[in-house]
Amino acid sequence: MTEFRAAIRQALIDELTADPSVLVFGEDVAAAGGVFTVTKGLQEQFGSTRVFDTPISELAITGAAFGAAVTGSRPVIEIMFGDFMALAMDSLINQAAKWRWVSNGQTAVPLVVRTTVGAGARFGPVHCQIPGTWMQNIPGLKVVCPSNPADAYGMLRAAIRDDDPVVFMEHKRLYLDEGELTDAPVELGTARVVRRGGDVTIVSVMKGVGDALVAAEALATQDGIEAEVIDLRSFRPLDVATVVASVEATGRLLCVEEGARTGGWAAGLIGQVAADALGSLDDVAILCTPDHPVPFSPPLEDAALPGPEDIRAMVRERLGGA
Amino acid sequence: MNTAGGAGESGVGADEMLAMLEQMTFIRRFEEEVQASFQRGEVPGTTHLCIGHEAIPVGLAAALGPDDVIATTYRGHGHVLARGADPAAVAAELTGRAMGLNGGRGGSMNLTDFAHGIIGSFGIIGGSMAAATGAGLSFRGTGRVAVATFGDGCANHGYFFECLNFAAVFRLPVLFICEHNLYGEYTPWEQVTAGADIAARARVFGIDATLVDGMDVRAVHRHAAAAVARLRTGEGPVFLECRTYRFVGHSRSDPATYRPPGELEEWQRRDPLIVARDALHDAGVPESVTGEAEGTARERVRQAFATALASPFPEPAVTR
Ligand SMILES: Cc1ncc(C[n+]2csc(CCOP(=O)(O)OP(=O)(O)O)c2C)c(N)n1
Ligand SMILES: [Mg+2]
Repeated sequence: MTEFRAAIRQALIDELTADPSVLVFGEDVAAAGGVFTVTKGLQEQFGSTRVFDTPISELAITGAAFGAAVTGSRPVIEIMFGDFMALAMDSLINQAAKWRWVSNGQTAVPLVVRTTVGAGARFGPVHCQIPGTWMQNIPGLKVVCPSNPADAYGMLRAAIRDDDPVVFMEHKRLYLDEGELTDAPVELGTARVVRRGGDVTIVSVMKGVGDALVAAEALATQDGIEAEVIDLRSFRPLDVATVVASVEATGRLLCVEEGARTGGWAAGLIGQVAADALGSLDDVAILCTPDHPVPFSPPLEDAALPGPEDIRAMVRERLGGA
Repeated sequence: MNTAGGAGESGVGADEMLAMLEQMTFIRRFEEEVQASFQRGEVPGTTHLCIGHEAIPVGLAAALGPDDVIATTYRGHGHVLARGADPAAVAAELTGRAMGLNGGRGGSMNLTDFAHGIIGSFGIIGGSMAAATGAGLSFRGTGRVAVATFGDGCANHGYFFECLNFAAVFRLPVLFICEHNLYGEYTPWEQVTAGADIAARARVFGIDATLVDGMDVRAVHRHAAAAVARLRTGEGPVFLECRTYRFVGHSRSDPATYRPPGELEEWQRRDPLIVARDALHDAGVPESVTGEAEGTARERVRQAFATALASPFPEPAVTR
């Protein structure tokens, strides 16, 4: 069994070993091994030319990663907390995401931005956000988000080998989860059906997938409801087809999002599902966070975050106790 | 500016100096209690203590007037207390209580108290510089002053250069205070910062910039008071690089193993509390008097945390 954060470290080790053009840099990633010790030991193993600490300069880190990526390097950078992506986004959005296309294919932009996201750790409103939706609307970017160690390993390796810029989000409440790693390649942008069921489709990402599975077990054993659970795994590309295929069987769709309703991935996904398969839909619902920043105080933060009980309650409510 | 004699060349009188010692002692004991409460699980999440930095908030606060504002960082508990925020409300915010400065919404990294001129504590590096720069826009021609505090690590951020230039070209009444403690998280500053000092970076914008002994509250106060006097006349921004040291880890339970052996002990010899106490003794104030700061501080801290911990958590009102 491997911890989620060790799975990420293993993917970095494997890709640093396989390809000498891979670089790893960011704030406190090298000597200290990262604030969540994800990158511990990499500098010792690969040297300070390939694994190094940077100044606190998110725009320069990301912009330099872009410049390095178009000149033969494959940088994997870390933006310590997803909230700080706001400071890195110009380079990602206005350069990295555009260059392959705007240069008419003269260059690829093989860079990865790893960043820690998600609430529940009492870190307050600016160390908990999930910036995936901020960038979901940008053609040229991939924005992916594993929910378990195997996917963390497979998807990070795929991201480093990808020729387009990839934002790789790591939910901080998954770091200690354990699972088996496999060498099976993961295609970025594909969702995964993690539980089969015919009554309702529940879609989520990252921490929400585990919550949905817990809810689905309770629904099955206590309420006689069989939920299908889909791990979206990616904000962009968005695997609408896998969700549509599920909804065509269940007729009901619940999206569980750690984020606000307006402009969230759930709203966008439901819009696309409706556009493609309106006739299959009997019901759609969104379980998300309230329309304010995530608070620090434990009772406030707990109440703001959807958990397994909220998911189960919502399914029961929508299905009328079916 | 205070010109009364008494506690040596600094121009700070013995009474004022004693008050500053009391404040620093209070902040020190408060921060120690934050750490103890964190370890007991009463302070959730994370905390960044200002132990070792106390001379900066205290020397600065004594130079400011009630209409001046400050924007500080996640390491700003000392500034918030020194400006006069209710210690129980600070403790309550750190412990997530409804009576907290921010009603429990912000926690340690976001202490905000407009009533005491604290327009925010910023968890994003550089945010404080921009907020104070903007406050400087509002204060043009009023005699009011806006202060930004930030760390040495911030000096490599885009915010740093953009705000210094912005404040300089518009001659804004902003006092930029760099609390240079030699480390940004776990990384020694010289590994990631070009040039010999940070003040030099401000000078290229034509900003008056001085290196200050941040362990000596007299020095901080003297430079801050001179800067504030100058800022009130509308002469444009001032930059103080205060050299200091944090006696504890960056946050939570960071054991600070990245420090070279002996470095901490060397700085602790210049502990701002000791420097102030020695100065008072040299000026003839007896130990029986300086010693009182200790008991007063402990009692205030005890009361603040007792009040906070006895108070209720906020009621969630969730509408999804
Ligand atoms: C924009 C941004 N990048 C990174 C961080 C994470 N971070 C928090 S404190 C810190 C070190 C800051 O060092 P310094 O400015 O010297 O202040 P100190 O903590 O030493 O007081 C870092 C990198 C952050 N909060 N904001
Ligand atoms: Mg520092």
